Amino acid sequence: MANEVILLDFWPSMFGMRTRIALREKGVDFEYREENLRDKSPLLLQMNPVHKKIPVLIHNGKPVCESSIQVQYIDESWSHKNPILPSDPYQRAQARFWVDFIDKKMYEAQRKVWASKGEEQETGKKEFIELLKILESELGDKPYFGGDDFGYVDIGLIGFYTWFPGYEKYGNFSIEAECPKLIAWAKRCMQRESVAKSLPDSEKVTQFIADLRKAFGVE
Amino acid sequence: MEEKKSKVTLHGMWASPYSKRVEIALKIKGIPYEYVEEDLSNKTETLVQLNPVHKKVPLLVHDGKPVAESQVILDYIDETWKNSPRLLPEDSYERAQVRFWVSYINQQVTEVMGQVLFQEGEAQAKSIEEAKERFKVLEDGLKKDFPNKTIRGNDDVGLLDIIIIATFGSHKVYHEELGLEISLINPVNTPTLYNWIESLKELTVIKEAEVPSDRLVPFLQMYRQMLLQQAANA
Repeated sequence: MANEVILLDFWPSMFGMRTRIALREKGVDFEYREENLRDKSPLLLQMNPVHKKIPVLIHNGKPVCESSIQVQYIDESWSHKNPILPSDPYQRAQARFWVDFIDKKMYEAQRKVWASKGEEQETGKKEFIELLKILESELGDKPYFGGDDFGYVDIGLIGFYTWFPGYEKYGNFSIEAECPKLIAWAKRCMQRESVAKSLPDSEKVTQFIADLRKAFGVE
Repeated sequence: MEEKKSKVTLHGMWASPYSKRVEIALKIKGIPYEYVEEDLSNKTETLVQLNPVHKKVPLLVHDGKPVAESQVILDYIDETWKNSPRLLPEDSYERAQVRFWVSYINQQVTEVMGQVLFQEGEAQAKSIEEAKERFKVLEDGLKKDFPNKTIRGNDDVGLLDIIIIATFGSHKVYHEELGLEISLINPVNTPTLYNWIESLKELTVIKEAEVPSDRLVPFLQMYRQMLLQQAANA
């Protein structure tokens, strides 16, 4: 049966990046379609009527929504190579726990770093650094979050790395100074082809953040 | 072959729907466990040590190893105790659908339900309108994605069923006892969801896990007063 895979996405989305990486890890041929979030395509609205958000994975005409669900779906549907989740149930639980942590905490926290100013930004910065430190502590001295192999948590977090220079610029701090091991981990991940091909240039992301700040009147 | 005896402990709180989910999963799979009731204003040392990131219930401890966050725990239970019922379907696409609606309930619906229960006046009125919309989305989604849903016995209980009964099982209490003028879940507006809940309530294991309303009502009333007070003082 022919596998038709389409990904509706938006280039700076750290969530879309997860799905791109997962598909490439598995060597899946897919069609990437860029969405204009101010003018969403009829296909996006049809395939994700509940949230109307990207990324949307369309596999043989059937939509899968939500990046964490998509990555698990990809892992299960193309199980022949590069397992994303470990096989041991306890290790799987640990991996899911940390992606859940990232999902629940990172987005709101990072937003405050670049989308606010004054006291709100300072509080946001502190919270964000604390989250990174918790993640760095979980990573420890392992090459990847799951140990020796690149996997679910790495995929869950690495997209945010392209936003780091933007956070540093507008938050006026150095992430490497606060979390050197995390930066080393990120650079290690960037050496992986699936990651390098799926992540945009951070300079472009930083410019995107600048445009957002203007649009939201933060400047 | 002798099965190695494993020790399972659930740290929970009787009124927490998240805790209830794990309780139901353990019961429906017939997994023996020890239950530790946590006083959330005075958490046990064990809870804080084994769930340092969130310090929340539910927390499952299996042979000394902690698993936190109800969704993570339910997946872990299903993958470790592979006996019936399987909480997730075999087919990956169906699994993705179940996960999607669980996520929708967890993120969109529980948020607005909390607002309806614990707000008053204009804020509550707004939340009720939002809640009606989100329950409609859920109703339409369940009808469309699970058209052949029937609950005949424990084997038909899966992840989505557990989330539905644990989250919405007490909905009549909210309506009748908390003075909410409208019911968000009813046979007219949300027949699929309403009947789904009623079918689950027929099962013995679900009946046994039900939170008694004579305990739940004063608790919710007290909790509501506390939150309203906090909001007024903010």
